[in-house]
Amino acid sequence: MNYLRHTLLLGLLLLCGHVSALEFKQVLTNESSVTFFYKQIGVPLDGKFNKFAAQITFDPAKIANAQARLDMDVASIDTGSADGDEAVVGKLWFNAKAYPAASFVSTGLKALGGNRYEASGKLSIKGRTLDVVAPVTFQATGTRGIFEGGFTIKRLDYAIGEGEWTDLGTVANEIQIKFHIVVNAAPVKK
Amino acid sequence: MSTVERYNNTAIALHWLIALLIFIAFPLGLYMSDLKLSPTKLQLFSYHKWIGITVLILAVVRVIWRATHKAPALPDSISRLQQLGSHVVHGLLYVLLFAVPLSGWLMSSAKGFQTVLFGVLPLPDLVGKDKALGHLLEAVHQSLNYILLLLVVLHIAALIKHRFIDKDDILTRMLPKGKNA
Repeated sequence: MNYLRHTLLLGLLLLCGHVSALEFKQVLTNESSVTFFYKQIGVPLDGKFNKFAAQITFDPAKIANAQARLDMDVASIDTGSADGDEAVVGKLWFNAKAYPAASFVSTGLKALGGNRYEASGKLSIKGRTLDVVAPVTFQATGTRGIFEGGFTIKRLDYAIGEGEWTDLGTVANEIQIKFHIVVNAAPVKK
Repeated sequence: MSTVERYNNTAIALHWLIALLIFIAFPLGLYMSDLKLSPTKLQLFSYHKWIGITVLILAVVRVIWRATHKAPALPDSISRLQQLGSHVVHGLLYVLLFAVPLSGWLMSSAKGFQTVLFGVLPLPDLVGKDKALGHLLEAVHQSLNYILLLLVVLHIAALIKHRFIDKDDILTRMLPKGKNA
């Protein structure tokens, strides 16, 4: 009798493991990064946002409900040089005083098969909002998941670099943004 | 007075081309460092780096030339001590033709800015990005440049001395064939 009960319980547990998927929600900001890559007179450079907040809700079984929001603290930008960090928060670049945050808000997620997805969303920088599409991969090991992806924007679309900096011969228009977001999962609450 | 044996045209061309590039890159380097960040500043830094790497390449060619050709001997009218002085200054100038651009290249890498020659040919970063190393190499690059300046002043002072005090023709050996030859 005892044996039967145990088998039943075990079966139930196994069943639960399969049916109730994990929902990835808890972003580990310290392990995540938002970096960007650009060219300056042919010289490849990279930088990062030292401070950003991310909210993610992702259940691989229910991607229609997936949501993501990223808020980058513009003043925390690290361009790779002190000169650059100082200039880039200024009016001509990000105008951090008037627009302290750059944000990405997802509008949809499409499964492309395997661990590949395509995220669509609205990217707002410096008061301008444009649609962006980013290929994303999701790799989960147990309750720990990693989103990896990126997309390219044209900086002049967001007026990043005004005045003399609209010259694309020095700082190229294309800015590649990459994100690496680590999330922990919890079982979905019923 | 016997005419001085001249360097050949390749050596003369290399000498003056390198001299011209250094006379552009040196003041450019001084000027651009203190500029406020602007597209102009970025362009000037690029030009400075491209000129520097060009000097480095020409220095390699020059050393190859020097290793395969005998430099014209100094006339006996010049004292042993002065000949020694001349060799020391020339030797140090050769060393700096390498050390100055190399220190600039390394400094640029340490500061996180790769050197892309003429905006198209990426040169390898021989050191990784390292803030402290970047500051150190900046000081090294500056110091080497002031040593270079001192040596160039000595070089030109010797030339003036030979021309106007000794009244010999030693400087014509580095001049293209002209009225002095």
